[in-house]
Amino acid sequence: MSVTQAEVLAGIKDIVVEVAGIDPTTIEMEKRFNEDLEVDSLSMVEVIVAAEEKFGVKIPDDEVTKMATVADAVNFIVAAAK
Amino acid sequence: MSLINNQITQNSRILSVGAYRPERVVPNSEIVDLIDSSDEWIQQRTGIASRHRAAPDQSLVDMAVEAATIAINRAKISIDQIDSIIFATISYPFQAPSAATELAARLGANTAAAFDISAACAGFTYGVGMASDFVRNRSATYVLVIGGEKLSDFTDPSDRGTAFIFADGVGAVIVGPSETVGIGPMIWGSDAANRDAITLEPSFLEFKRGKSVAEVGWPNIAQEGQRVFRWAVYEMAPIGRQAITAAGITPSDLAAFIPHQANERIIDSLVKSIGLPDTVEVARDIRTTGNTSAASIPLAMDRLLTEHPDLHGKNALLIGFGAGLVFAAQVVELPPQP
Repeated sequence: MSVTQAEVLAGIKDIVVEVAGIDPTTIEMEKRFNEDLEVDSLSMVEVIVAAEEKFGVKIPDDEVTKMATVADAVNFIVAAAK
Repeated sequence: MSLINNQITQNSRILSVGAYRPERVVPNSEIVDLIDSSDEWIQQRTGIASRHRAAPDQSLVDMAVEAATIAINRAKISIDQIDSIIFATISYPFQAPSAATELAARLGANTAAAFDISAACAGFTYGVGMASDFVRNRSATYVLVIGGEKLSDFTDPSDRGTAFIFADGVGAVIVGPSETVGIGPMIWGSDAANRDAITLEPSFLEFKRGKSVAEVGWPNIAQEGQRVFRWAVYEMAPIGRQAITAAGITPSDLAAFIPHQANERIIDSLVKSIGLPDTVEVARDIRTTGNTSAASIPLAMDRLLTEHPDLHGKNALLIGFGAGLVFAAQVVELPPQP
């Protein structure tokens, strides 16, 4: 399944809104999950689990720890979904 | 010569529940100094505000006698009617004989079949499933199922991953005959490839080989919190849905959800991903009881029925999951009002 960056960003926005309950307009590519979006380590696990299901990709634990920003997650998923 | 086993099967249900929480309440403020943490951080990550801890001289079976006695009285049966005792625990400090036989002796149920099961936080739901099958097949009539832990003996107060999580307590139920089906099919299994996600090490053999606690440490629980969290929120929702379907109902037929009390955020996530409607009462005993492993579901069940007496006799989904990794879920009809 191939997806565009815009599609993945939209999907991640939906997930982060659902998990962290924040305003979707604040979620942009350069935002940091922990510092800017109040997505702590456990919320991040929930975001990843939801993203795996939504985009049909596998995101290993060591990749999750490297995902500081929304762009990190979006780019990984776009590459993994190719 | 072919064998015969012409027992006619019967239905089973949970007849009663009993709970024992040790007297001493330990708030987060008593724990945070050793792990450089804060009450706010612990509550935000786990939902836990306080837990109960047994006194040093109060044993696991001391607590089990209290919980079992309540359950037996509420079921309105006598001790000599109990013909089987299943004790789910990982914190009884003897390999043999079992905690179940110590409990049998102290209750005066001296002839009941008695044994322990080691299925960690899934131990209680494993036990309920086994007890139900014993009753259905008439291997037993009244089964005392205990989920009990004194995890304070096996928790490192300076471990930043576990010190605030694990706690002490015992829950008990009586499973017995019923006119209608009171316990749905058990959906159970393991994920043994993740055996190292939660451990209780080192082996006692280290001490036989001459090592000291100072050298190799005491056998304490350790867990990879995020790995277990991810497994629980991802893998346990389908297991819960399977248990609902296997019992022939839909989520809207449930009155309560009583999952293992591991972390309130796992509970929140499961509620969402199983798709439970707002009408389902969700057990959140973890806030003031912590994670008591095998004891957490019966303790939470007892609290839910105390706070919401209208739930007696209604359907509840139980899901136990933990070290192994192992899991078991079933829908049960909650015990009737005693």
